[in-house]
Parts: sequence; C-alpha cells; structure tokens
Amino acid sequence: MKLNRLLGRWLPSGRTGVIAFPFFFLFLFFFVPFILVIGISFSEQRMGVPPYTNLTQIQDGVLNIALNLSHYQFLMTDDLYLATYLSSLKMALISTLCCLLIGYPIAYYIARAEASLRSTLMMLVMLPFWTSFLIRVYAWVAILKNDGLLNHFLIWLGLIHDPLRLYHTNWGVYIGMVYSYLPFMIMPLYAHLVKMDLALLEAAYDLGAKPWKAFFRITLPLSKNGIIAGSLLVFIPAVGEYVIPELLGGADTLMIGRVMWNEFFDNIDWPMAAAVTCAMVLLLLVPMALFQHYQTKEMEELS
Amino acid sequence: MMNERLNSQVMNPAQTRQSDFVQIIDVVKNFGDHAALNHVSLTVKKNELFALLGSSGCGKSTLLRILAGFESMTSGKILIDGEDLSRIPPYKRPVNMMFQSYALFPHMSVEANVAFGLKQEGVPKNEIQERVDDVLDLVQMRKFARRKPHQLSGGQQQRVALARSLVKRPKLLLLDEPMSALDKKIRQKTQLELVNILEKVDVTCIMVTHDQEEAMTMASRLAVMSEGEVIQVGAPSQVYEFPNCRFSAEFIGSTNLLDGVVVEDEPDHVFVECRDLPQRLYISHGITGPLGLEVTVSIRPERVRISREKPDQACNYARGVIKDMAYMGSYTLYHVALESGKVIVANLSSMMMGLNDAPGYDEEVFVSWSESCQVVLTS
Amino acid sequence: MIKPNKTLSSTVLGVGYLFLYLPIVLLVIYSFNESKLVTVWSGFSVKWYAALLDDEELVTAAWLSIRIALLTGTAAVVIGTVAGFVLARFGRFRLFTLFSAMINAPLVMPEVIIGISMLLLFVQMQQFLGWPAGRGLLTIWIGHTTLCVSYVAIIVQSRVKELDLALEEAAMDLGATPRKIFFSITLPLISQALVAGWLLSFTLSLDDLVLTAFLSGPGSTTLPMVVFSRVRLGLNPEMNALATLFITSVTIGVVGVNLYLRRQERKWAQEARLAFVEAAA
Repeated sequence: MKLNRLLGRWLPSGRTGVIAFPFFFLFLFFFVPFILVIGISFSEQRMGVPPYTNLTQIQDGVLNIALNLSHYQFLMTDDLYLATYLSSLKMALISTLCCLLIGYPIAYYIARAEASLRSTLMMLVMLPFWTSFLIRVYAWVAILKNDGLLNHFLIWLGLIHDPLRLYHTNWGVYIGMVYSYLPFMIMPLYAHLVKMDLALLEAAYDLGAKPWKAFFRITLPLSKNGIIAGSLLVFIPAVGEYVIPELLGGADTLMIGRVMWNEFFDNIDWPMAAAVTCAMVLLLLVPMALFQHYQTKEMEELS
Repeated sequence: MMNERLNSQVMNPAQTRQSDFVQIIDVVKNFGDHAALNHVSLTVKKNELFALLGSSGCGKSTLLRILAGFESMTSGKILIDGEDLSRIPPYKRPVNMMFQSYALFPHMSVEANVAFGLKQEGVPKNEIQERVDDVLDLVQMRKFARRKPHQLSGGQQQRVALARSLVKRPKLLLLDEPMSALDKKIRQKTQLELVNILEKVDVTCIMVTHDQEEAMTMASRLAVMSEGEVIQVGAPSQVYEFPNCRFSAEFIGSTNLLDGVVVEDEPDHVFVECRDLPQRLYISHGITGPLGLEVTVSIRPERVRISREKPDQACNYARGVIKDMAYMGSYTLYHVALESGKVIVANLSSMMMGLNDAPGYDEEVFVSWSESCQVVLTS
Repeated sequence: MIKPNKTLSSTVLGVGYLFLYLPIVLLVIYSFNESKLVTVWSGFSVKWYAALLDDEELVTAAWLSIRIALLTGTAAVVIGTVAGFVLARFGRFRLFTLFSAMINAPLVMPEVIIGISMLLLFVQMQQFLGWPAGRGLLTIWIGHTTLCVSYVAIIVQSRVKELDLALEEAAMDLGATPRKIFFSITLPLISQALVAGWLLSFTLSLDDLVLTAFLSGPGSTTLPMVVFSRVRLGLNPEMNALATLFITSVTIGVVGVNLYLRRQERKWAQEARLAFVEAAA
C-alpha cells in the first residue's frame, strides 16, 4: 500500500503507464466484445459476411437504428428455451453439490494428513487437472457405454442383468461434470482447511466436544469461504458447459451451452446465439459478482 | 564508555548549535483523524546515538519511517546537515535504515546484498569490492561473504544488515528495533558490540526501541515518547535520575510515587505533606511552585532502605509490614505495606543483606530514604 | 496433535483417488489393445501408436497447437505479471473494480460466452480496420492469451502479496528506483510463480477446445479440435494412444517439477538449520 503512495508521489506517469498496459489489453479483448454481443443480439440473421445485419443505417440524411427484439421475445416465451435454462441451472447445481460432497472429505483428509505427505497428495489431485480436459471426459465414454467397461463389470459381478443406460443420458453428464470439476472444488477447500488452526479443535475437545460435534460447529463454519469459492468455481462454468453434454449427454440433455453452439455453428444464426449468450450472462451475473467479491476479500486478507 | 558519553553531554551553547545535525521541526502526521505525531520537534547532534523510546503506538516508528522517506509528513520540516529532506525521494536521501526484520535480499549473497546500494550509486566496480570488503571486516562477516541470508544465524544476519546500511556512508543511520529479533541472552553483548562499531564509523544514528534497558545501554541521548508527543529528552542518566513527569518516572525503570501537597517552600528545601505518610517529606532542594501546590514525589526502589529499628532521621521514613517479596537472584524486591495501605517497593541487593538476616513475610520493618534522592513532579 | 481416524481417512482418500485415476488408467491400458473395439481386449499391440505418426491431420494439428501454446505462454506471462503486480501493490486506484473484474471473470465464465464475444470483435475489426484478416493462428493466440492472463495474474498477485514489503523498502532505501526494484528484487523473487504461470498457460492453451472453435478459421485446426471431431463419433483407439502419450508426458513433467521443488526446499531448510547450529556453537 505504502509503495503505491510513494509511486504516486514520485512517478505519477510511470504508474499510470504500468496499469494501462494490461488494462487496455483486457478492455479491448474482454470487455469491448461484450458490448458487441449485446449489440448483435438486436440484429437480424442474413446470408453473407458477416451473417447479421447492421444496427444502424443512414438513409436520406436520417440515422435509423433498428433494434430487433424478436430473439429476446422468443427466448422469453419459448418453452424449450425456458426449460433449457432451468435444466442447465439444475444440472450445474446438482453437479456442484456432488462435487462438494465428494470433494470435501478428500480435501479434509489431505489437509489433516502428515505435513510431509500433504504436498504429494495434493499433487496427485492436481495431476488429472493438468491432463487434458477432453481426454478425461473421453475416458468415460468407454466406461459408460452400454457395452462398456462398467456394465461389463457389473454384469460379471451379477449385480445387474441388463446394462445400465448411462452413456448419452443425463447421468453420463453428471458423472462427467463431477469428474472433470472435482479438482476445482478440492483446491480452494484444501487451501482453506490447511490454514485452519488445529489448536481450535484441541480446545473444543478439551472443553468436552465429541469429534463430530467439533467438526460441525468449528471446522465446517471456518471452511465456509473455501466452500463458497469452490462451489462458484464449479457452478458458474458448469452452467455454460458444452463439451461434456455433447460427448456424454443424450439428445434430450438440455444445456444452454450446447444450444448456443448449435445456433451459432449449425443454424448460423449469430444474432440468436448472441441473445442466448446475453441471457446466460444475465443468469450468471449474481454468482459472478459473488465470486469477484470473495476473490477480492481473499486477496485483501492475504496482505 | 558510558562515563565518556555522559561527560561529553556537558557542552557550551555555542558548541550545541554547531552540531545540530538533524533537525526535526514541528512534525505532524495524521492518519485520517488520528494524530500519530503531534508537533514533534527534536534535534540530534552529529555522531550521536539518539534513541526514540516508547511503547507501541507512541509514534516513534512513524517518525523513523518519515525520516527514511516511506511516509510523508502532514506538516513540518526535517533538515539533515542543513538540507531539507521533503524534496528528496527515499531512493536519493543520505539516509539509510537497518530494518527490524533485516530485509536481506534472499536471492543474493551477503556480498551482493552489501554491494547493492553502491551499485545503485554507480560506484566503479573495484571501489565497490574494496568498500564491501572493508565494511564486512568491520562487522566480522568477511568469511561469510559468499553465503546466502538463509544460511546465516539471526545475529549474523543482523551484522550483514548493518554492513549494508553503513557501506553507503549515510549522513544518518536509522535503526528500527535493532535487538528485537535476537535472543535475550545475546542481546546485551550485541548491544555493546553495535555501539562500538558505530563509534568506529563516526555516524549519526537514530534508533527506535520499546525496550528501555536497550535505550539506556546504547544511546547517548534519548527521547521518551507517548501518544505522538515527546515527553522528555536527555541523557539516559538524566532522564532516569530526574524524570520530568509521572510518565517518564514510571516508564523508565520503576518508582514509588507519593502524592502530596507543598506545605513549606524555601529556596534550599521543601516540605511536602503526604497523605500516605505520618511524617512530612523533607526534600533538600527548592522547587518552582507556590505553597499548596499538589505534587508527586518519586523515589526509586533502589534508594529505599529497610531496617528493623526505627531510622535515626526526622523525616522520610515510615513503618510497614512486608507483604510480598520477589527474589531475583542478585537483588530482592520487597513490597512493604504502610499503615495507610500504600505499598512502597524497595530494591535491596543480595550483597547488602545476608540470606540469614533478610526480613521475611509479615515482618514489621521501617522504610527510609535520604532527603536528596527524591524527585518532585508536578505533572 | 489429534489425528483423524486412520481407517476413515485411508478409505476416503483411497476411494477418492480410485475415482480420479481409474478412468485414466483404463484409457492407458486399452491404448495397447489390439482390437479396434476398445472395450474388448484381444491382445497387446502398439499399432495405434504407429498409426499416430502416420496421421498427417493429427501431426499438423499438434504442431499448430504447440506453436500457439508457446506463444500464449509467453504473452500471458508478460501481460499477466504486470496485471498481478498492479493488483497486489497498487492499492485501490480508479477503475480498480473494473480491472479486477476483468481479471477474475475469465476464470469462471463459460468459454462459449468468451468465444462468441471475441469472434464478434474480430469480425467487426476486420470490417472496419481490415485487420485481423480472417481467423487463424493470430486470433486463436489472442483468445488464449486473454484467457490465460487471468490465471497468471492471480498466481502472481498472491505470490507478490507474500513478499515482505520490507525488501522493497530496503531496496528503495539503498537507492534503487521503483523500476530497478521491480527488475532486481521483485522479479527474481517471484520467478517460480512466473514459471508456474507459463506452464499453466501452455497447458490451458494446448488443451483448449471451445474458445478455439470460435476463433479458428480454415487451415487452422488445432489438436483438440481434431480429437473432438473424432471422439464425437464414438470410441477411437488412436485417441487412446494419443491420450496416453499426453498423460505420460504431463505426469513426468508434474512429478519432476514437484520433486525438484521439494529437493530445493529441503536443501534450504538444511542450510538454515546448519547456520543456526553453527551460531549456537
């Protein structure tokens, strides 16, 4: 903080230049595009390059701005779209919850392991993360197919007689989502759990609390920030996920990322895709603002 | 060494003005509406080791950081050797600081750390090598020149930090709690070593500490600070023997404070009527102030004598019962409860009382002190 | 210190790691399967690996992906380091919220959104400025960099915050200008974070599909795009072989880096202890 004040006093121009460099890059390539998306969502599809109409036209010295609201009207009234949005939210939510239920115990026991083991254990959790996302999702195809490895195994065990229909269904998507996003949940959870002062637990035991009680009243509340960070890190991208529903989901798996992709690449209806995108962003504004809030809080606590 | 410094403080006014090397003039520093420094003025003489003493929050560290250039003043002026500091950015000031955490650059060797400052000045390579070698010899770290900071002990790191801040021959050296990171046992030895080195180099030095023993051992003059203000300035012995107010008396060492009223005031003596004592206090020097003035009389515990028989003096004694004893090895602190309830603390060295002869709990004794060791405080 | 239940701990971790690794292990095993039917084992064979080398489409795509990843890594580190440093040290300047939002958003935002928005930008730019002329390596590179800048910035930001401010103050006290401080003190001390950021950006770029699909043009097909188009149609043993190669190299890399870092740490701790013992003697 103090360096900031010093820099402000002695090198005002230098400081601004330093901020400007990354700022302009991100402003141009990340922020401005959003404005464009909003704009395009009001135009109309047409053949040609680019495949959408201009918003503004100058005719006889009059500037006409045409805002086509049909896409938004359609979005808000079409049952399928509404169902898709709801389905995306539902699937993302369930995936997040599953990630939390599976990831929390893993993160907890790594955090409580011997100090020398911890970094190895975390490395083993992160290793799949560094491996290609695509590959990991593809790995499940062979397992989940009707004649795949899982069904073979279960039939061999005698647990079932007919194969489970998992591939190309919503179940496949859930499994794929949890599998792919698990490291993203474990990372922040671990980071918070490992910082917890164990003396607090010891004090609780000393005062007579049983281990489960201590967990629910001390450990869990203290790891709240980790839970929120991990959940947001999974939920938000999961809503707009394309690859997993495409590879593992069925024709009836309604996810908004997929819909948007189809509008864009298959129908070449860019304005419609843009409108879908805007609706998606609106949907995600609140969780994203939450994420931003927690990130800044984390960083401030660090100093 | 201490005596030499004491004697050197008695200078004539002309000399004093000449050697006012650092002038801190009416400095105010506000953080929002909190005044960290409230019109602080101090002068530090050339080549002296000046200590800013106070507990946390008193403003001493803020003043140090302002001198270094890491904080700006809200108002005021600071001159070093006649030069106004406020126009100079921290990387151009003739001031160097030894940080509390030493702040040695972990990715550089001892040599590189010490040479860093000289490189910024553009000093030629061979001169850099020479000066670095010299200063490392001075702090006896020459043979560790190639090591990295994490390969050094705390005391060794401190010496490197000192060398790094001395090599640039600054006009003013700042020490931020120099001993706080060291073990208590080696502190005393290091304090004296540090003072020796600084005297050899002939550098003006301002140090900040909350440890009054450290300030008294190392500094030639000190300033007691509290809540952004300077309470008292003077040589350690001066401030100890003649505190100017209750705060100074209690902050440095410990003392017995007796509240009373001046009942007789003459040029060469004063009588104080004290609520806690049956007899009056006789003080063998005059004070400025009218009759009836409410004062506090300070008596250091080491000046209090304990005896079983009533002492042979008309004033400055009282009868009491020993309520508590703290045996410290080389001396014992006796807490004597007087009839009025007031507790007087006496510090008796083990030399003065044989173990068999020492008084015990609940024993009735007399406490007494001489007429000249008392200090009258009006605030 | 109280230890958690050993059996519970081992069970949870065991099941957890099994879940994480079993699919990958199965993938690797079946890459050596002689049969084209991935789920029926018919014998050991490396023919699918040989097929990879002959697969021209794949090799070209791989080469393109590697080039883009190298460019992305470097660009993201340059821009991201400055961004991270600004976030850590510059306090709350004007437009701080916008700046920080632009850094945090790409971390979570679905790639389809980033994809369509950046594509529209390039289309409009081409209309008005004539640049970029069509989509290809350049647009993909810019897209990947935008995404990766966020990751690098976050890594650098947290590393810079860990740095003792006193080190920078000490350097300033010794006469170094702010610019000198950044290059001689800050940068060397955060170098590990920069390497981590580079590796992360490289990996993310190499693996990216959705964003690339929006920003690529004719003749700029990356490896993930080829892989995706093939696995969409079903199982493909050649893809297993490719996956295995990828997993192997990543594993060697991650484990290697980890071991190296641990060895460094141990050396440092040992040296520090030695100094302590020496001084006490």
